[in-house]
Amino acid sequence: MTDQRPLLEVTDLVKHYAVRGGVLRRRVGTVHAVDGVSFSVARGETLGLVGESGCGKSTVARSVLRLVEPSSGAIKLNGTDITGLSKAEMRPHRRSMQIVFQDPFASLNPRMTAGDIVGEPLSVHGLATGRAQQERVAELFAQVGLRPDQMKNYPHQFSGGQRQRICIARALSLGPSLIVCDEPVSALDVSIQAQVINLLIDLQRKNDFSYLFIAHDLAVVAHISHRVAVMYLGRIVEIADKTELFANPRHPYTQALLASVPVADPKAKRLAPMVDGDVPSPINPPSGCAFHTRCRYVMDRCKVERPALVEAGEGHQVACWLNDGTGRPE
Amino acid sequence: MSEARKDDTILEVKNLQTVFFTNSGLFRAVDNVSFSVRRGETLAIVGESGCGKSVTALSVMRLVPDPPGRVVGGTVTLEGTDLLSLEEAEMRQIRGNRISMIFQEPMTSLNPVMRIGDQITEVLRLHQEMTSKEAWTKAVEMLRLVRIPEPDRRAQEYPHQLSGGMRQRAMIAMALACRPALLIADEPTTALDVTIQAQILALIVDLQKRLGTGLILITHDLGVVAQTAQRVIVMYAGKKVEEATVEDLFENPKHPYTRGLMASMPAVISFGAKTDARLNEIPGMVPSLTNLPPGCAFAPRCRLAIDRCRAEYPPLQEVDVNHLAACWRATELVGAP
Ligand SMILES: Nc1ncnc2c1ncn2[C@@H]1O[C@H](COP(=O)(O)OP(=O)(O)OP(=O)(O)O)[C@@H](O)[C@H]1O
Ligand SMILES: Nc1ncnc2c1ncn2[C@@H]1O[C@H](COP(=O)(O)OP(=O)(O)OP(=O)(O)O)[C@@H](O)[C@H]1O
Ligand code: SF4
Ligand code: SF4
Ligand SMILES: [Mg+2]
Ligand SMILES: [Mg+2]
Repeated sequence: MTDQRPLLEVTDLVKHYAVRGGVLRRRVGTVHAVDGVSFSVARGETLGLVGESGCGKSTVARSVLRLVEPSSGAIKLNGTDITGLSKAEMRPHRRSMQIVFQDPFASLNPRMTAGDIVGEPLSVHGLATGRAQQERVAELFAQVGLRPDQMKNYPHQFSGGQRQRICIARALSLGPSLIVCDEPVSALDVSIQAQVINLLIDLQRKNDFSYLFIAHDLAVVAHISHRVAVMYLGRIVEIADKTELFANPRHPYTQALLASVPVADPKAKRLAPMVDGDVPSPINPPSGCAFHTRCRYVMDRCKVERPALVEAGEGHQVACWLNDGTGRPE
Repeated sequence: MSEARKDDTILEVKNLQTVFFTNSGLFRAVDNVSFSVRRGETLAIVGESGCGKSVTALSVMRLVPDPPGRVVGGTVTLEGTDLLSLEEAEMRQIRGNRISMIFQEPMTSLNPVMRIGDQITEVLRLHQEMTSKEAWTKAVEMLRLVRIPEPDRRAQEYPHQLSGGMRQRAMIAMALACRPALLIADEPTTALDVTIQAQILALIVDLQKRLGTGLILITHDLGVVAQTAQRVIVMYAGKKVEEATVEDLFENPKHPYTRGLMASMPAVISFGAKTDARLNEIPGMVPSLTNLPPGCAFAPRCRLAIDRCRAEYPPLQEVDVNHLAACWRATELVGAP
């Protein structure tokens, strides 16, 4: 991490979806999927992104890769704003960003052999064909812990964990500098999750690329990340160094989230729900602080004014009105 | 497990065997599994995907789809009645009444075109003498009991009008409406967010205590097990490989698979843990039930496997007080992962 310039810099990212209804399919509302998100990822760093279902994690991921067009905001990769780029202009940048999805089965073409799946990006980008490609693919197979003789097998002949290895090998094939992992282990069994997480960690050590790592499982995120951002209803409510975030969470939502994770120790305190109620709909998100409908410490101000994400300590940012905008010390 | 508490026992499953007949041959999804549940007790069943947890539950409920599946051996005794020998009509009197089940995805068991209140009312009237008005009142009361806000209004709504967490609550209300002796919850919170999961688990445990219901909780989340269960059985490839009290299991797991499972979990919040520290992984993958190795099914992934393991299946033995494990080397293991 000698180069101080961040590899990825996201500023004020917004993505709204129209909700249409009635026979005329008129716009009846707006989903505030991502509502002003800013963060950066340094070279060789892993930024974890956590939050509950529907809070906008995948939308952030897809916007970064330009798989969805953001409504507004800037996404800089290596200092270049890629939001306005045409398809042709995007091409060189596509190589540097890859994604690994949650469902390793849905993202693999069942009619292609594993070797062809991993080699395809090399063909598409005209980087290697024939023997050279075969050799490169065999190398990638070995890197992710698959046997080169499995190159001729089809996806259904692999287990879930192995399929995820194929996806990872494919993501690696172009030598990316950023790999976005969207719930890469959520569909896997615990004992297989550990294998894939270890693989991701080992590969980062060797290749020094960055991860934007999305998961709803805090334990997994806590394990792999250097820094962690917590999202709630389309916004980042807290972001800090991993150790700092888990030791000193300052946003009441982060605190509730941490307290809700069942601890694998029968002697630890019993489950006590920290927050009541459901996550509100992103179609009409609550005014002010979006968490105010569930927050124990809500004040009048929270219902009308939205707290900005501000510095509450070194490298620790929080969006909460408590204690002059520095959140609640635990 | 002990004879002394026998009068408290609600459910006794002995040597349960359930098989599936498929294109690739016959396989034993549940192979000789025994366990019991006492009044007010929570028994957790853990294990990896496909190890037979749901089929065990479905076998107890007599809901295994036939074909391709069939319970081919063992006994299931609920409050003294052998369920496996009942006529289907008699079984229907027991299901939803003495024994209920809730599933991971509430939409699979809620009727999408029927109001929530009517669904609970239907269950009540099927099993209890009640006027529809009494049953409706009871249904609303159940919704209040599971802490659905504005239960009067919600009872009039259809499942799609409720959030995921609320649907799961409605399912619990329906399952508990007749005060069953036994509730089976199959991954009841897996599809929910953690803050909602905490609410639902606390609710289930609280109601279970108040009503004295026996609970079988199926989950793959060891955190959930630690926080809710009193006793745990661990399954691997259709067999019970370990059973212990929750304290014993976490403090002193005996089976190498259980040990591996515990070690491979990222510490829930690894505060001090060095970033990018590797996890302990169990090598290899879960074997296919149609193609099990002879001997111990875990042997291909087990660091401690010896020749005997590959040849002979280890019997389930008491390796410590009230602690069963099926492993040739369980008693030798102290400390080693
Ligand atoms: N194409 C779309 N059209 C309309 N709404 C959408 C679309 N894609 C996503 N949304 C909505 O945007 C919000 C954010 O979705 P997103 O998939 O980013 O959430 P997430 O945090 O990844 O959730 P999960 O943990 O469930 O994957 C959700 O309310 C979702 O329903
Ligand atoms: N209807 C069916 N037809 C054929 N095989 C089945 C059927 N239902 C279950 N099985 C098989 O029986 C075995 C046990 O399945 P079961 O559903 O009990 O697993 P589980 O432990 O509940 O797993 P999970 O954690 O994924 O829910 C699996 O190999 C599964 O593929
Ligand atoms: S701003 Fe107010 S409502 Fe929001 S988290 Fe802080 S105290 Fe709670
Ligand atoms: S019986 Fe042998 S292979 Fe099986 S778990 Fe024990 S030591 Fe490992
Ligand atoms: Mg997502
Ligand atoms: Mg199951």
